[in-house]
Amino acid sequence: MNVSVGIPASASLALVSAVNLAKRYPVSAGWFRRDRSFIHAVDGVSFDLMPGETLGLVGESGCGKTTTGRMLVRLTEPTDGQVLFKNQSGDLEDIAHLKGAPLKDFRRRAQMVFQDPYESMNPRRTIFDTVAEPLHVQKIGDHSERFERVSETLSMVGLTPPASFLFRFPHELSGGQRQRVAIARALVMEPSFVVADEPTSMLDISIRTGIMQLMNELADRLGIGYLYITHDLAVARYMCSRIAVMYLGKIVEMGDTEDVLQYPVHPYTKALLSAVPVPDPEATRDALSIKGSVSAPVDPLPRCRFYDRCPIADDYCRDNDHPPLEDKGAGRLAACHKA
Amino acid sequence: MSAVNAQHAVPTALWRARLRLALQSLRENWQLFVRTRIGIIGLAIIGLYALLALAHPILMNTVWEPRTYDPVVGYAFDETQQPAPPSLKHLLGTDPLGRDILSQLMFSARSEFLLGLLAATVTVVIGTAVGAIAAYFGGWVDTLLMRLADIMIMMPAISVLIVLSALIGVEHFELALIIGILSGFGATGVVLKSQALSVVVKPYIDAARSAGGGHFHIILVHIVPNLLPLSFLYMMFTVTSAIFSEAVLSFLGLLDVRMSWGLMIHTTESAGYLLQVTEFWWLIFPASLSITLLCSAFYLVGRSLDEVVNPRLRSR
Ligand SMILES: Nc1ncnc2c1ncn2[C@@H]1O[C@H](COP(=O)(O)OP(=O)(O)OP(=O)(O)O)[C@@H](O)[C@H]1O
Ligand SMILES: [Mg+2]
Repeated sequence: MNVSVGIPASASLALVSAVNLAKRYPVSAGWFRRDRSFIHAVDGVSFDLMPGETLGLVGESGCGKTTTGRMLVRLTEPTDGQVLFKNQSGDLEDIAHLKGAPLKDFRRRAQMVFQDPYESMNPRRTIFDTVAEPLHVQKIGDHSERFERVSETLSMVGLTPPASFLFRFPHELSGGQRQRVAIARALVMEPSFVVADEPTSMLDISIRTGIMQLMNELADRLGIGYLYITHDLAVARYMCSRIAVMYLGKIVEMGDTEDVLQYPVHPYTKALLSAVPVPDPEATRDALSIKGSVSAPVDPLPRCRFYDRCPIADDYCRDNDHPPLEDKGAGRLAACHKA
Repeated sequence: MSAVNAQHAVPTALWRARLRLALQSLRENWQLFVRTRIGIIGLAIIGLYALLALAHPILMNTVWEPRTYDPVVGYAFDETQQPAPPSLKHLLGTDPLGRDILSQLMFSARSEFLLGLLAATVTVVIGTAVGAIAAYFGGWVDTLLMRLADIMIMMPAISVLIVLSALIGVEHFELALIIGILSGFGATGVVLKSQALSVVVKPYIDAARSAGGGHFHIILVHIVPNLLPLSFLYMMFTVTSAIFSEAVLSFLGLLDVRMSWGLMIHTTESAGYLLQVTEFWWLIFPASLSITLLCSAFYLVGRSLDEVVNPRLRSR
């Protein structure tokens, strides 16, 4: 198929490729008003995710991380742009037009783990029902095969012995156990791509590491490509080989995790890092603070999105459109006029 | 566990787990229900009338001789004058046509129950489907169903029933269907939709979708079961309105029914005794009291269930 428009050269190797993804939500501007406003929740996001790679998507609340993740697994329809996904025959395919059997096949390969383990399970269904649901709707296996597979998956996510969990209900499990069930549900069909939307943010600090270790280990073992969404840079550092930093619907910086965290290029990344305590007391970092707080990107002006809060912005940043995400050397991509 | 074992063990274990959840929530809800008290009063009245309804065929086959006690074609030959006041043979007296009032009352109770339950079932089946579908699909499907609901709600039920009974002849069965359709596509559907709206935004719906679950699967497995408690509550309110509508229509002589509480009052009225309440009280009180009591009983049970289903209403 012809997908040459705007696709990066590396795309052929990619598992998932986001091409200029955008999502705009209409805001009701009041009665009788014709001129509608739009929240630009995601605005021209492009990246590739390689098979087996964990890409971190970090940013403050409301910057469009969840929306991006949902578009990648087709739970939200993009307003603009494309999601390309490696299909059975190894070709990148635009998922927007999938229907019937190819769509079911895509659903089998791309899964999502949701943020809230308390809401992501139907309270009236047993753990077996919940984890077997994908097998059931995809008509995979008969009853005993599903039973075997669900049991295996439960032990794989650390719920052992599985028999003691199968016939219980979500309210009988702890938050951490529930999130493990949610991970089992996402993995039971052996997907190649999983969007993990802040899977640990609602959990108690003490059990977060366990869940992160589990996801890391499973990624290595099963060769799953993760899009790992988080607002916590420490989590991103632990989980991800590459990260993309988002600000108001735009990716402002992207590169190898350690590089980005040690030598941030974009002023927003620098500011995010200076908000995190430095583990090494000897290390110094440019003190950099940003003014104000993040706002909803309603009908943004044609200027740098970060202009209002940027400590180094000047007239050029105000008068020119948001800068493109460019190579700033050594494979680092950043969107800044000044960097 | 071996595969052969699992083939049978899994369904059994699943059903046992589901039964356990059902029993547990039943026990918890029962405790809340008992605590509201009014529900228990309602339940007691319903139980009393259910006993009366069940006892009627037994009495007819044993102690009550059909020629005398048949609620429709019987005649109390043992009385010299009709209507006869209460006596030992006719505990609630006889009606102007010489029929035993207690027998009529008990016979009618059964059809009131059947009418109420059928109307309530139709209402809830339609209302749940309408609510789930409107909330899940949204868009024009929702708009269409809600405009239809507006029409149903605006239509004055009693006048519609009067017109229909004049046109096609309405018996208990048709009456139940009409009430069920009016209320299911109308108010009940709207209420259940607003409940369904809070279900369709749950992440487990998204999870089912991203697993490849179709619309039918999601509606049936995830939305409808979460609407059932509220559906059950609205069943109770529908029973009340069905029994009441039946009484009004029968009183007006618009239903083709053999016997009912409303018809008993109608008979009294057409024989000219309606305004002589003090003199011929047994012609009016048993039937009208029964209508009032059974309607209130289902209403009380509904109110009480309302507090069980909606935690916000619970009095502390
Ligand atoms: N269904 C929707 N309708 C309207 N606006 C929405 C919708 N979903 C998201 N938004 C808006 O889009 C923006 C991005 O939301 P999103 O949930 O993607 O942010 P996020 O980065 O995941 O934030 P958080 O860290 O709080 O989860 C927000 O301003 C949000 O209000
Ligand atoms: Mg989010």
